[in-house]
Amino acid sequence: MTEIKKVIEVEGLVKRFGSFVANDHLTFDVYKGEIFGFLGANGAGKTTAIRILCGLSHPTSGKMTVAGIDAGRPEEIKKRIGYMSQRFSLYDDLTVNENIELYGGIYGMTMKEIRQRREELLTRLSFSQYGEMLIGSLPLGLKQKLAFAVAVFHDPEIVFLDEPTSGVDPITRRQFWEMIYETASRGITVFVTTHYMDEAEYCDRVTIMSEGRIVALDSPAALRGRYNTATIEELFVKIARPKTETA
Amino acid sequence: MKRFMAFVKKEFLHIFRDYRTLIILFGIPAAQILIFGYAVRTDLKNASIAVLDNAHDDVSNDLTLKLEASDFFTISNHLSSYDEIDATFKQGKIKAVVIFPEKMASALTREGSATVGIIADGSEPNTASLVTGYTTGILNDYSSALTQQLTASLPVINPEVRMYFNPNLESHFMFVPGVITLILILISALMTSVAIVREKEFGTMEVLLVSPLRPWQIIIGKVAPYFFLSLVNVIVILLMAWYVFGLPVRGSIALLIAECMLYILLGLSIGILVSASVDKMENAIFISFMALMLPSLLLSGFIFPIENMPKIYDYVSMVLPPRWFVEIIRAIMIKGAGFAYIWKETLILLIMTLFFIGLSAGKFKIRLGEGGK
Repeated sequence: MTEIKKVIEVEGLVKRFGSFVANDHLTFDVYKGEIFGFLGANGAGKTTAIRILCGLSHPTSGKMTVAGIDAGRPEEIKKRIGYMSQRFSLYDDLTVNENIELYGGIYGMTMKEIRQRREELLTRLSFSQYGEMLIGSLPLGLKQKLAFAVAVFHDPEIVFLDEPTSGVDPITRRQFWEMIYETASRGITVFVTTHYMDEAEYCDRVTIMSEGRIVALDSPAALRGRYNTATIEELFVKIARPKTETA
Repeated sequence: MKRFMAFVKKEFLHIFRDYRTLIILFGIPAAQILIFGYAVRTDLKNASIAVLDNAHDDVSNDLTLKLEASDFFTISNHLSSYDEIDATFKQGKIKAVVIFPEKMASALTREGSATVGIIADGSEPNTASLVTGYTTGILNDYSSALTQQLTASLPVINPEVRMYFNPNLESHFMFVPGVITLILILISALMTSVAIVREKEFGTMEVLLVSPLRPWQIIIGKVAPYFFLSLVNVIVILLMAWYVFGLPVRGSIALLIAECMLYILLGLSIGILVSASVDKMENAIFISFMALMLPSLLLSGFIFPIENMPKIYDYVSMVLPPRWFVEIIRAIMIKGAGFAYIWKETLILLIMTLFFIGLSAGKFKIRLGEGGK
């Protein structure tokens, strides 16, 4: 990345649920326009971290800014981010057009803007024929792609994707990542969590989490080099197994 | 505001697109009015009875004619012996048998008294007590008329009864307020809690919470359509009551609507509280149903008078909003009472509303703080 502007700064982020520490002193920065991956097994604390960054959950302690705004002003942050959860997030009983109108409207876009951008979007995805169809009647892969398109419809500075490809077939995953690249090329920072090791290779930088802590953070190539492994998967097995000493 | 309207519009789309919601919204009230109106009657009309006349004299003939002439009874069987009684009851067509004794007229004139037997079908206790009550009434009328004829000079006290507010004791007067009470709590509490929990269950609530919409905007956006539709419902029910049963609103309609709005608000705040407490739609339905519908039906005084219940139920019913609302709506609709007569009940509902809103606001905050599932 040639840009060095930081869009997310996190320092000493801790989240406790009772005696369980879900996030243990996370510290990292995310740069504008990059694809930043959070990799970890289920329960490693990825979702907790992404929920805190989105303002869905309050940290126990630590400092952070998102889109240049302090975490103390979540309402301002929310206007500048997009979010897609691992659960499907569009309304089955509304049409494609209505879903887009809804999210556009919620993010304060005018009807004129929405119509115009929707046109562009559906044409780009060659979804034009689906505009008046109910979301519930579309196949999962289409829905998932649409959900992503809707999450970035309002041109956020950052989009958070929480395991966006879980339960999707390999071809759709591939197409989904093409959309992610295309989005990043428009200058939207992509923050994505995943437990698919191969997806980590697509990221500009990867954070590997284990038991609530960050055990490694760098570009996939640098990480492979440092730990002398052929793939991220191998690397993951090497360093992120529970009860392993951190690097 | 524009963001908010986009959200409210979507909620209306949900409602109008789901025929099940529409059925609950408009089908159930209509059905309830008609069912309660025509099927569930607490007054008596044309009940079949049998007569066993052992006398066949002037008095028994007169009484038989009087029974037949009243709107309450139809005499479907004339029995000739006691042996037929059991079989006739078992056929299930008649509700009671009236038995005139032998030589009834002469017993009356000579001894000054005669005994008429009334055997009612005790397997339907409500009908049985109605039937015996009405029959006794007819007999009493007859005998007091007789007494007056014979002893015109003696002073006699004649009770003259008038049912104030409801001269014919029509049951619509009771059930229309009851149906409104029930429907409003059903729509406002049950449907909103389900609508909110649905967002949680499908994961769309998270997306909404990440959006610039404030949590209170989301909640108000979810409940606003139901508030509006509940009001439409009140008006539909009142119009139906007026056209189908000729039941007018005697008091101020504006006051009635205002009280309905307060009650809807209370229902919505309960619905919000339920939705803040559960994550599954079935649980929301279960809680709303068990905690609201059944008590509303049984303990609000809408069907079973609270005065007749053990004291403990009386106390239990005091924490139930429907009890107070039934009082209010009856007072306005049937008695034509003004606000001066119902301010106490109104205040109770208002306090309950504030209590539930406070409680659910707190609950939502805590859940957001815990961030979680």
